[in-house]
Amino acid sequence: MIDIMLIIALALFGLAVLITLFRVIVGPSLPDRVIALDMIGVILISGIATISILLETKAFLEVILILGILAFISTIAFSKFIERGVFIERKRDL
Amino acid sequence: MKSNDVILQAVTKIVVFIILTLAVYLFFSGHNNPGGGFIGGLVLAAAVVLLILAFDVNTMQRALPFDFKVVGALGGFIVIATGFGSLLFDVPFLTQTMGEFDVPFFGEMEFSTVTIFEVGVALAVVGVVVTIILSISKDV
Repeated sequence: MIDIMLIIALALFGLAVLITLFRVIVGPSLPDRVIALDMIGVILISGIATISILLETKAFLEVILILGILAFISTIAFSKFIERGVFIERKRDL
Repeated sequence: MKSNDVILQAVTKIVVFIILTLAVYLFFSGHNNPGGGFIGGLVLAAAVVLLILAFDVNTMQRALPFDFKVVGALGGFIVIATGFGSLLFDVPFLTQTMGEFDVPFFGEMEFSTVTIFEVGVALAVVGVVVTIILSISKDV
């Protein structure tokens, strides 16, 4: 029973990635695309968690942590690019 | 333009330590589980990149006063040195060994020379990744 539920959840996660990919490609503005990319990261994390429940293993938990960190850093980098126009500054004007 | 990113910098100061803890955990879990020097080094480099993003390059260099090219070269040297160290014991190049020792308070612990090799790999990865990030961010 729970296996069927998990597999249905995985299929819905795949559908969600497809819908979000639509927003990444045609998204009218840059912030839409950035938020859609962040959402793909969150959906991937949920999918990996579901897979690790389905396979009854702990081996994928580090993957979840690393994906979370990378999604966080990439969102910060993109939002800084939108705000300032540069990713990395040499010297900050204070 | 005066910039105001108090929240970003305050969050970064906490999150960097979480990332560093994860890096150390991944480094030591590489003995029997997924992990190891390479992705430990990559996560360490991610922490440094987060510092660079939230502050700037000069502040990061003041906090971590290393020349990252030298760090990468030191890592490569450690890797090669552990390889040649095995020649001193009349075994083939890059042979690794391990042993169990009785440590007070911790009980039986297992130490292996692969850890030194992995330290070299991690240092090389950190040095190379941060050098790449710093040089592609340079103004032309």
